[in-house]
Amino acid sequence: MKHLTSIRELDTGSAIAILDNADELGAVNSREVKKLPALRGKTVVNLFYENSTRTRISFEIAAKRLSADVINFAAATSSVSKGESLKDTAQTLEALGADATVIRHPMSGAAQTLATKGWISGSVVNAGDGSHEHPTQALLDALTIRQIKKSGNDLAGIKVLIVGDIQHSRVARSNVLLLSLLGAEVTLAGPETLLPKTFAAMGCKISHSFEEALAEKPDVVMMLRVQRERMQGTFFPSEREYAAKWSLSGERFKMLGKDTTILHPGPMNRGFEISNEAADDPRSAVLTQVRNGLSVRMAVLYKLMAGEG
Amino acid sequence: MQVFKGVSLASGETTDITLEGANVTKVGKTTESGLDCSGLMALPGFVDLHTHLRQPGYEASETVLSGSRSGAAGGYTALFAMANSDPVADTASVVEQVMKLGEEAGLLEVRPIGAVTKGLAGTELSALGLMANSKAKVKVFSDDGHCVHDPLVMQRALTYVKGLGAVIAQHAQEPRLTEGSQMNSGELSTELGLKGWPSVAEESIIARDALLAEQVGARLHICHLTTAGAVDVVRWAKARGIQITAEVTPHHLMLTEELVRSYDPVYKVNPPLRRMEDTLALREALIDGTIDIIGTDHAPHSSEKKDCEWEQAAFGMVGLEHAASVAQEVLIEPGASDWRRFSEVMSSKPAEIGSLEGHGTIAEGQPANLVLIDPAGSRTADAVTHSLSSNNPFAGMELKGRVVHTIFRGKFSLRDGKVKNA
Repeated sequence: MKHLTSIRELDTGSAIAILDNADELGAVNSREVKKLPALRGKTVVNLFYENSTRTRISFEIAAKRLSADVINFAAATSSVSKGESLKDTAQTLEALGADATVIRHPMSGAAQTLATKGWISGSVVNAGDGSHEHPTQALLDALTIRQIKKSGNDLAGIKVLIVGDIQHSRVARSNVLLLSLLGAEVTLAGPETLLPKTFAAMGCKISHSFEEALAEKPDVVMMLRVQRERMQGTFFPSEREYAAKWSLSGERFKMLGKDTTILHPGPMNRGFEISNEAADDPRSAVLTQVRNGLSVRMAVLYKLMAGEG
Repeated sequence: MQVFKGVSLASGETTDITLEGANVTKVGKTTESGLDCSGLMALPGFVDLHTHLRQPGYEASETVLSGSRSGAAGGYTALFAMANSDPVADTASVVEQVMKLGEEAGLLEVRPIGAVTKGLAGTELSALGLMANSKAKVKVFSDDGHCVHDPLVMQRALTYVKGLGAVIAQHAQEPRLTEGSQMNSGELSTELGLKGWPSVAEESIIARDALLAEQVGARLHICHLTTAGAVDVVRWAKARGIQITAEVTPHHLMLTEELVRSYDPVYKVNPPLRRMEDTLALREALIDGTIDIIGTDHAPHSSEKKDCEWEQAAFGMVGLEHAASVAQEVLIEPGASDWRRFSEVMSSKPAEIGSLEGHGTIAEGQPANLVLIDPAGSRTADAVTHSLSSNNPFAGMELKGRVVHTIFRGKFSLRDGKVKNA
């Protein structure tokens, strides 16, 4: 495996192998000397066309813990604003020694294009492309669920509810593909305008009522942010109306089971899609997600770059 | 005198065709010797009602000359050049310039299409009458690339153009429903995270314009139908007696949205590739006559505009050198139709819609505009054609049939598969 641009590139076995590896590599993060020599002499470029401090930092630390050198290239402050193409930027960075490119891009398919066009020879990791995919986020979510639910290798029979702006969410797409690959039962919930029925073809259930979806007793509830930056025009009447129907708060929060895990890919909008009481509840695993993000990204970089094919 | 011996006609008859000067002088057996054409079909030269020749303005993508060479290689003896050049073909001087470039190239007849609205902006009518009365004698108007979306502007344009004895070719795309759209709207666009292009955006404009054409009694031509629903609307309008004609492109007859999974911009086109069920409906409509013609929508783009992210890439694909093979694949190979129908959709009907004289027939006393094809031949399509651009979605595909000779006004523009140097 040379690239990771979509969960479609994984099968059940390779996905489980990444999670197992992440568990092992994650152990180093609690050591006093948090470093392994696995990628010494290799260079990872973080090529970010969208602002995302948390994902960029996560990839940066993951690469450094494996002893790789890291170059951060933020497109907003670079030659891209002078009109340089993705092709030229990526080729320039490779000429400077990049062995792998971690790309975040506002356009769907940009990571796959970079991996397949023949512009560069190194590995490509998709750190989020438009509304398409964010595979390492799905892997860290799967790892978090597997750890908390102690479900063994995979996620067989675990019921996961993903709620909110599904239409614009690459996190939702990658999670539907990966969690169902691992045997979980995924339900998507959101208003009709943000959750077209075409999502069902990806292998999940669809609900347009948060209450009805909660009544199914999900083991995991993942809340998503409303992505205003990807919206053209109006998708719901007001924030107040959205929060009234789709926020994890009040009566809906009370509907959660005592072992229901709350996830959120961040950044959270407290008081909008999630309440303080939900975000700060002991059942919330958002910080475990962040920690697991590091382990998963170490595992992915190791798999793609350490030459085990 | 030039004699083509032993050709097969669309009727199935085997005969000889004799040319003298620029005209056909005899269709029938002759004792004169000539070029042995046994096994070749002789058909009226193809006519494309929908070509982007890109000149003036985008000469890195195509010129009238390079597009003419590509047309000759594809068996065409006439091309209608779309108006979205730079400057836009919205005045008499631009259409006359395009016509003159076509005459200089001399490989086929270039018929300029005039813009419906100034600068293709959709608000003010362009110099319709002056273009119709110019040396270019424009008979087809289109804002192709853009939809004439304002219903009042469209109603006025239909009324005005009717008085000129011309036709409007509409690019049916409701702009608000397709803002930022990248591919067919459906399960695949959802998975790929690309903004969908709903079929209703095409079908609603066709329905509206059919009713407008009925109201004012004008002719209406619909460019590049792509959906099963659009076929239904056109079928309904024809049954109602509305003067509507419809076109389909080679790529929408052969290719589906599944190709977009690659995010390879060579498959990015406006209107987008649709589902297999749409493709099958388009094929059926071409066979039964609901769709009247194949128009290539040959849309060359230089490699810079395709060697990038999907959303950054330009819309469009080339098609002049593959259309005949696609028509053969759809009409002839499955035994669904015949060479008469082939000849209608590729030649006589587009000539009729475009009020083009001297094309669309092989008859004594008429200009010798014809094509000889080897239907038993086949080839693997190369990305590179005679076009200056290689945004070719058919590259690598095994295609039926081969254009052997193209004759324009009695002279070879293509001989044994080689384009004559202009």
